[in-house]
Amino acid sequence: MNIFVLMKSTFDTEEKIIISDGRIEDDGVDLIINPYDEYAIEEAIKQRDEHGGEVTVVSVGTDSAVKQLRTALAMGADQAFLINTEEDLDEGDQYTTARILEAFFEEREVDLILAGNVAIDEASGQVGPRLADKLGFTCVTTITSLEIKEEKAIIERDVEGDTEILETMLPLLVTCQQGLNEPRYPSLPGIMKAKKKPLEEIELDDLELEEADVEPKSKTIEVFSPPKRSTGQVLQGELSDQVKQLVSLLKQESKVL
Amino acid sequence: MMSDKILVIGEIRDGAIRNVTFEAIAAAKKIKEDAEIIGVLCGSEKVEELAQELVHYGVHKVVVIENDKMKAYTSEAFVPAIEEVVRAEEVGSVVMGHTAIGKDLTPKLASRLDAGLISDVVEIDHIGGNVVFTRPIYSGKAFERKIVTEGLLLATVRPNNLKALEKDTSRQGAVIKLEVELPDLRTIIKDVIRKSTEGIDLSEAKVVVAGGRGVKSKDGFAPLYQLAQLLGGAVGASRGACDADYCDYSLQIGQTGKVVTPDLYIACGISGAIQHLAGMSNSKVIVAINKDPEANIFNIADYGIVGDLFEVLPLLIEEVKQLKVEA
Repeated sequence: MNIFVLMKSTFDTEEKIIISDGRIEDDGVDLIINPYDEYAIEEAIKQRDEHGGEVTVVSVGTDSAVKQLRTALAMGADQAFLINTEEDLDEGDQYTTARILEAFFEEREVDLILAGNVAIDEASGQVGPRLADKLGFTCVTTITSLEIKEEKAIIERDVEGDTEILETMLPLLVTCQQGLNEPRYPSLPGIMKAKKKPLEEIELDDLELEEADVEPKSKTIEVFSPPKRSTGQVLQGELSDQVKQLVSLLKQESKVL
Repeated sequence: MMSDKILVIGEIRDGAIRNVTFEAIAAAKKIKEDAEIIGVLCGSEKVEELAQELVHYGVHKVVVIENDKMKAYTSEAFVPAIEEVVRAEEVGSVVMGHTAIGKDLTPKLASRLDAGLISDVVEIDHIGGNVVFTRPIYSGKAFERKIVTEGLLLATVRPNNLKALEKDTSRQGAVIKLEVELPDLRTIIKDVIRKSTEGIDLSEAKVVVAGGRGVKSKDGFAPLYQLAQLLGGAVGASRGACDADYCDYSLQIGQTGKVVTPDLYIACGISGAIQHLAGMSNSKVIVAINKDPEANIFNIADYGIVGDLFEVLPLLIEEVKQLKVEA
């Protein structure tokens, strides 16, 4: 099976978001593989180990994603591509990324594409489904279980807490939800091997795309921090009195009961 | 010139229109006050009888699509059907709820239409001639304002943030039925296993009672469910509680997991890691119950009780019960 994973590198979840000069400060920020993409990588490796084939991890981004691609290789992926847009694009949106990936996949044999359900930074969840539409693939979002039998896929997906069980066909693009698997940590031999695995960097030129082909449809005009929550009050006294006080505050002051 | 017509994609769950659909109608009004708002409802049967309700909440015309292939939601059936409505009605904008279906449907529709999509919108304003959409990024650690720069405009709105218009049964509107030819479906829904409490979805709930490691076990969640049920809310959890297998991952709130903005969030035995706070700190009122007075959660809570949740919750349940009796 030809298995592909769409990967994005994101800020570590521990990072605070600092805005200076109207933009998000990224100096010295630790980057990680988007946590939902880790489920995708893990699942890709499992499916390959079961059915044979190759796992290719693809990221649209900048140099800074190389480290996360190496981590994916160390987990067990076979090869990686970085579609480096640093020099070609000033800005892009999900339309842009999906168009670039469409061009990347155009000439390739693909059975299965896995992506994260959302990236924890922009959380739009658009790139996977958009790409599936462009490629004419079946697309199933927020999956929590995947079983492939020849051309068929039996999938469980999370729908607002309920589980939907469905059957569909390859070629297929799925987006991965928590609960799908437990992503492995790269092993030491894995890390050593990853250094020799192919990691190819390509640019828009190589995909015969120009900036005008991937012009975004939307634009961010401002980023800002949420209003700081003022520290509230910790109630005092006997527990039962505190609870009485709480209920009265919620009813009278906050009017939420 | 962009068309002034706005399409609102309605969502039916358990035979009723979801509240977030009414909020999406209000969002359409915010995009353009005097726009003609068209609603679309899809399903296999009994769809037409719900159409008037959309009108009562501000839609001018409703397109009803009934088709056997729409018994359950699949994007394969819904996307081409709605695409047909977008093209036939020549709408300039499309709005729907940022729900499981909204998240699945709108990117595919946007792709078909080569359009921009701004998802998870919490606020809509007009600034310098642009319609500006505010949405959380980094799970609410920051916000961004976005505009669509070209072509059709698609947006999904986060439940509980934009207020629906008052229901007005005197509003009048046309209901038309549309027949659509749908392709053979490659995807078959075999079964749906219901797990959510009383059908109240976590991201749509007005009240969320959430448990962390302090809940200590699966059974420990019982009083949380009891309180949530009393308050007409849903139960959520921190990653710690999910990792410890006290509850299902579908309940997880935080940077990985769901982001919620209820009117009332009651955090029980949750310490308040930055990843969890990202998922809930934009709730309107936050109550923290924790044994540890130093717990980080108290820094963002409006009201805090330092104490054992297994002592506090039974007392709270009794108080709320009494309140209901008085009311």
